Amino acid sequence: MTDISRRVTLRAIAICSTAAAALLAGPSGAQDDKVTIGYAVARTGPNATGAGITTIPNYELWVKTVNEAGGLAMPDGSRKMIEVVEYDNRSSNEDLVRAIERLASQDEVDLILPPWGTGSNLAVAPLFARFGYPQLAVTAVTDKAPEFVKRWDRSFWLLGGGHDYAKGLVDVLAAARDAGTINDKIAAVSVADGFGIDLINGARPAFEEAGFELVYDESYPLGTSDFAAILSEAQASGADSFVAFSYPPGSFGMTKTAQSMGYNPKVFYISVGGAFPIYPGIADGKAEGVMAIGGVDADSLAVQDYFARHTEIVGNPPDSWASAITYASLQILEQAVARVGLDHEALAAEISTGSFDTVVGEVKLEDNQLRDLWWVGQWQGGSFRAINPADRAGASEPMIPKPDW
Amino acid sequence: MKLILPVLALALLAAAPFALSDYGLGLLIGAVTYTTLASSWALFSGHTGYISLATVAFYGTGAYTVAVLNEALPYPLVLLAAALVGATMALVVGLSTLRLAGVYFVIFTFGLAELVRQLITWYEVNVTGTLGRYIFLDVTARGIYWQMLALGAVTIGLTALIHRSRLGLALRVIGDDEVVAAHSGIPLARTKLVAFVLSATILTLAGAIASPRWVYVEPAIVFNPTVSFLTVIMALLGGANRLWGPALGAVPLFLAFEWLSVKLPDTYPIFLGFLFIGVVFALPDGVLAGIERLRQRREGAG
Repeated sequence: MTDISRRVTLRAIAICSTAAAALLAGPSGAQDDKVTIGYAVARTGPNATGAGITTIPNYELWVKTVNEAGGLAMPDGSRKMIEVVEYDNRSSNEDLVRAIERLASQDEVDLILPPWGTGSNLAVAPLFARFGYPQLAVTAVTDKAPEFVKRWDRSFWLLGGGHDYAKGLVDVLAAARDAGTINDKIAAVSVADGFGIDLINGARPAFEEAGFELVYDESYPLGTSDFAAILSEAQASGADSFVAFSYPPGSFGMTKTAQSMGYNPKVFYISVGGAFPIYPGIADGKAEGVMAIGGVDADSLAVQDYFARHTEIVGNPPDSWASAITYASLQILEQAVARVGLDHEALAAEISTGSFDTVVGEVKLEDNQLRDLWWVGQWQGGSFRAINPADRAGASEPMIPKPDW
Repeated sequence: MKLILPVLALALLAAAPFALSDYGLGLLIGAVTYTTLASSWALFSGHTGYISLATVAFYGTGAYTVAVLNEALPYPLVLLAAALVGATMALVVGLSTLRLAGVYFVIFTFGLAELVRQLITWYEVNVTGTLGRYIFLDVTARGIYWQMLALGAVTIGLTALIHRSRLGLALRVIGDDEVVAAHSGIPLARTKLVAFVLSATILTLAGAIASPRWVYVEPAIVFNPTVSFLTVIMALLGGANRLWGPALGAVPLFLAFEWLSVKLPDTYPIFLGFLFIGVVFALPDGVLAGIERLRQRREGAG
């Protein structure tokens, strides 16, 4: 028995080493006329939905657009075709970390694009820093971006922090209350997850400072599917404004529940998912007046053109929050490469200090962060329009009260 | 003589990072981590036949302990604390549930991971008011690898010792027939508890050692049920009641999944499902036992 086990063991070791050697086979010869760009995104697992809506379609759209134009422009005027190396991170940080190590040390790709999600971007940040790649983190909402920039000087944070979004919402509500349209009571719910907690923690002091009374303040676990109890308590609270710091399943569920129970607050605000192109369908065509996180300048020609191309090539319109920023981050990368080439140090310096012409307008980063963002948007006339910051060019007027469902 | 091969292999593995790229090291870390998880899982479940799906409850707890304590305590103490937390948790859980048998035990352990996750979430939301913690430790990938390798070696060594001890014999009898075991005077509860606590402590330590690679930790990330399922399937594939069985299941499966994530990124869960069914139907005792049976049959024929 020992004898067999040993022979089996040795044979198994031989098989495993062959498999490992196959995995470890080096890059298939570096080619000078090509730029290799790698990314490890969630094709499967819990992150696959978010990555599939915001991240992957924009990566593919951008690569296609650049390659159709003849390739990525270099400082000497030549163009190099983009070759993509893609891995599935299975929504697991362990697999993600290994995939980035593989892209950097095995495939030796020229550039690496970031994964979807705050946790994922933080997990890979030390690796991007160690290998020297610039990291244009888009889908990471974090208040700690200034600290991260100090820790990893080639990291860039493009979607703001929870406090920014909470403050933007409070601004919108305060203006409506001062105009006498709504009362000073707020009913707020938040998903018990990093994102929901960040936002409600930012919102509580901001509401208080603006003179609002938080008459209902509850959190619900991720995965909740029955919102009837929450919404009837919010309805009974006497607040004119209903605020949900929620993820897509919650945002959609609350919309449907509010409709079926006839809950018509003057302000109905949900978070992630509200800016998705499928939202009006979920709201049964009655999305008019619903507020949510994000927004785009729907009158801008660049944005309209981007929406049209996304619809044509990907097959559906992009979401109106992080999609356009994701695409803009790729344009930033593209223009920085055209100015300084593929050297990572020069590239990071250019991204940090240069200004770029993107679908969301002229972009210049402050302390490696994009601060010129839309915090609140609202469905008006079939498109999701940005309403806050109100003083930024392109902002639409908020519509309060929201028409009844 | 019997010790020479494993010691030589261990020395070779310990020296491997000097010859490998970062990705090669990443592969080694993954393979060694799953070997450790599967071996320590088998330490309790292999002989007793109690299928535990609580692996990630302990693994995640280890990671979370590091996330909570990494700024307050020096690293060795953090690891010690993680081991203590894991052992205490296993003791409490074991005392209250090891009387359950069969499918009830499986369901309970599966629920345990969810329970721990929700408890931590509730605590963070209502008491500390933050969710999501950072691990900024200066532990390199090599450091993680060497720690995990040491833990894996200790696990397999411990399993070998237990196999030869009275405890191992008692566990085997319990696995064969619990009633017989009780009548032969084996203290059922104590025997199962000792093995369960040992196994859980190692699982917790593995989570603690692996966690600096993730930087950011929140319950949804660390309590990923796939880890529990993978551990079970790896141990069963190799043969959970043999010393090297879990390792022989873990390494090839880990490499196969890595290959799949490149070649067929969208279909990985389907393969996982087929594999689960395949192992349970075709190789209920593992590959090692299957090969032996095949050989015996051939010898019997010839």
